[in-house]
Amino acid sequence: MVVARSRAIAEDALELIEVEWSELPAILSMEAALAPDAAKVHSGASTNLCYEFNHVQGLVNRAFEAAAFKVTKRLRFNRKTGVPLEPRSILASFEPGSGSLVAYMSHQMPHQMQLILSDLLDIPLGDVRVVCPDVGGGFGIKMHVYPEEMAVCAASKILGRPVKYIADRVESMLSDVHAREHVVEASMAIDADGLITAMKVDDIQGLGAFSIYPRSSTAEGMSALRAMGAAYNFEKIEVRLRSALQNKVPVGQYRSVGHPIAVAVTEDLVEEAAFVRNESSLDFRRRNFVRSDAMPWTSPMGVPMMDLSHHACLERLLDLCDYKNVVAQVAAWREAGRVVGFGVASFVEFTATGPEGYGRGGVAVSSIDSVVITIDPKGNADTQCSAAEIGQGIQQGLAQIIADAIGLPIADVRVSMGDTGSAPHGGGAWSSRGAAITGEVAWQAGLKMRSELVRAAAAMLQSQPEQLTIVEGVIIDRSLGQTQIRVSDLARMVYFTPYDLPDGLDVQLTVSHVGGRGGGTFLPTNGIQASLVEIDVASGQVHPLKHWVVEDCGRIINPLLVDEQIRGGVVQGIGEALYEQCKYNEDGQFASGTLADYLLPMAANMPDIIVSHIETPFSGSTLGAKGAGEAGTCAAPAAVLNAVNDALRSFGGRIDELPITPFAVLRAMGEFDEDPSE
Amino acid sequence: MKPARVDYMRPRSLEAALQLLTTHGPDAAILGGGQSLIPMLNLRVAAPSILVDINAIAGMNEIVNGVSGLQIGAVARHNDVLRSPLVADCAPLLAQALKHVAHEAIRNRGTLGGSLALADPAAELPACMVCLEANIVIVSSRGERVVEASDFFQGIYETALEPDELILRVEIPASNREWRCHFDERARRHGDFAMAGLALMMKLEGGAIVGCKIVYAGLEAFPRRLVNIEDALLGIKLGDDERIDAVIECLGASLDILDGGEYPVQYRLRLAGHLLRNGIGAVGRSVMT
Repeated sequence: MVVARSRAIAEDALELIEVEWSELPAILSMEAALAPDAAKVHSGASTNLCYEFNHVQGLVNRAFEAAAFKVTKRLRFNRKTGVPLEPRSILASFEPGSGSLVAYMSHQMPHQMQLILSDLLDIPLGDVRVVCPDVGGGFGIKMHVYPEEMAVCAASKILGRPVKYIADRVESMLSDVHAREHVVEASMAIDADGLITAMKVDDIQGLGAFSIYPRSSTAEGMSALRAMGAAYNFEKIEVRLRSALQNKVPVGQYRSVGHPIAVAVTEDLVEEAAFVRNESSLDFRRRNFVRSDAMPWTSPMGVPMMDLSHHACLERLLDLCDYKNVVAQVAAWREAGRVVGFGVASFVEFTATGPEGYGRGGVAVSSIDSVVITIDPKGNADTQCSAAEIGQGIQQGLAQIIADAIGLPIADVRVSMGDTGSAPHGGGAWSSRGAAITGEVAWQAGLKMRSELVRAAAAMLQSQPEQLTIVEGVIIDRSLGQTQIRVSDLARMVYFTPYDLPDGLDVQLTVSHVGGRGGGTFLPTNGIQASLVEIDVASGQVHPLKHWVVEDCGRIINPLLVDEQIRGGVVQGIGEALYEQCKYNEDGQFASGTLADYLLPMAANMPDIIVSHIETPFSGSTLGAKGAGEAGTCAAPAAVLNAVNDALRSFGGRIDELPITPFAVLRAMGEFDEDPSE
Repeated sequence: MKPARVDYMRPRSLEAALQLLTTHGPDAAILGGGQSLIPMLNLRVAAPSILVDINAIAGMNEIVNGVSGLQIGAVARHNDVLRSPLVADCAPLLAQALKHVAHEAIRNRGTLGGSLALADPAAELPACMVCLEANIVIVSSRGERVVEASDFFQGIYETALEPDELILRVEIPASNREWRCHFDERARRHGDFAMAGLALMMKLEGGAIVGCKIVYAGLEAFPRRLVNIEDALLGIKLGDDERIDAVIECLGASLDILDGGEYPVQYRLRLAGHLLRNGIGAVGRSVMT
């Protein structure tokens, strides 16, 4: 690391540093890394197998032996990354006089970082302040502890002056966590009635050279396994995960962690199962979905499922896309020589993660949130909370919740977050938790504030609390419908003329609430997506023509925010399906360092994305909200993959690797008998 | 991504610019629109000692009809060329091709001369210049010279330019008006460098091809006319797909496609065939309408 007065000078200095490298063999492929005679990523280690997980539920082999149909697929997923518009950034300022550190960071978890900086830099927790203002995109990339950020804080401590680092795009591509490198072989057993009876999944995950701190790189593989077949009603499963060390960038949690792998694998098998049974895959899904009235239900992976709406989402999707018309259109286009396909993918996305996994793993990240509301002398609700704003709009969602809970106009609610100097401890932004967890806590805090205001007003007005309510900042008498007193007047009285209030009233104009998922693990959500694609016969390029999403995130707080979260997620999913890939050359040199090499989905290439919702409120909370931020990304790759394979079916070929390259499409169409790339 | 220290000069006259190039030779880099040079500086893959910014030199961005045809100044922005009525009249091929060049913001800054001088094998404009049989007017302190586009491009990022020389303008013969033109390409995303692109001009008589100019972008090291293929197409009637396909079959023997890229040679050869087949069809349809 070079610290200089400007980035330009630092880069000049960097060029003066000569490194003598002893070149070691590059271990890149996951499968090769696990071969017994493979060179080792870490000298002295006996293996590149970083982690292995096995889980068997029920007599899986017997189910496969008894199966009327067995289908097997092997899918390969390549690395990608999140590419937030704003790169990772930090300005750290250590004050030698007070021994305190202030770090402004582009990060999703201010409180996690406060704890870690305190521990690793040996500064008392109270002397570390982390400020994460409006963050320009996170996608999970900014959940982790990166060496650069620690080094900047250490440099500031050593130098006794502020030090800044803003990753440029090349540095971001080289150092942000990657995700999604898997090769999965999976099978599904189906009985004579067309019911799924069992699944077998063997997943090898490319982990990179180190496991990411503090949340671990294996989370992605575990998350993929957990979501395998999760929409379907079967009881037997056998899964295996092997996380392989490689000379690559560490893998970390990235939007919809692992789920897109599970959904692509499951929905590919579902399509194949329906095909071998010579039936519509929609009928196959209808028969095998876990019914809403069969929940709560525990999946064979041991995950509690509740409040899901698979059948309703499917039927809504068929309405939404005018399914009969789509089928007719596809047939007409094919008649005219166009290569088009339609694909569907159901999904379960686990959101609002509870304390179980990290807690038992000894990882100090909070799944709890805190909300503190103060009514100021003007009657505004000044709120501090432990959520984080990374562009998902949770600030607005929480303001709506608090306004409704207290009975204030939304303009009178101010929600602040991201500064550990003022915000109470809590989780930040991860696992689509804002509405479900922070939202519920904010609702409870708001209700406390309402009841306190009503109690004070009742005492003052010689009324009864149950007689009064608050509407748009005005306390009114329920039966008379008359304005009794404005919240702002009440607040002024409490602060400035308390002698006008009855003795001993002791009004609390600051209230707080802390809460989380209790013992709950994951909050499941569900939905379904469909994709209509056309293949350019000349080039093999896939052009998405239209995309549909029906999604159930429970109670929707702000429809506009939810819809655009879904759309953004779908675009990232289409990027995963068609464009984005972190590439390495044979020597292990990273080959996707710029946005000319790493292809992001661009607006001009994106289809219209039609979004609709089923609302099944979460039964375990008052608000009923669930996570929505990752649902778009969850199933878009699978929907596109199924659409492409639908288009290719008449050519006898198929795609089994993401992203889908034009060359692979042409090969699946029967071009290039021999692979000229070999 | 910050450039190494570099001197910067912004001469107001051509003479002053040429003097700087004479003085600094290969250590100087000419700054036009900067759409390739600035990223190369920032990534430190280019490290000139001086930038000679030619944007303040009057007249270098003009698009006018001259005696020998259409003249386009080297500093003409892509979007000015794209939207020029003179270009639409005399060299619509350029306007067709420029729609594929990058994105609006880049086209607002990027210059014709810059694209030609860089000579990226995947770039559209070099291929168009060869197809249009343009003359590249080059100037240095030693005087002016004219190089035919077909002689100008010599390799990957290699041109006939000497270190002290500057592209002044291109001259596109008026005779191009008599040709029908077509440009198309396939890129991973709109605006990306082409996996394969085709500049095609044809003359038709009685439904038969009587003149043909074929130049690909993104396949070979530098753009050139495929004379064998052009000759083989002469006399073939539009709609005679069998004979057209037979000629297209010969593309493999005529093209020397760069190896080692992301897209295998065989894939890009197939693209080349499709582009030509579609191009001939598109020109044919333009006759009927």
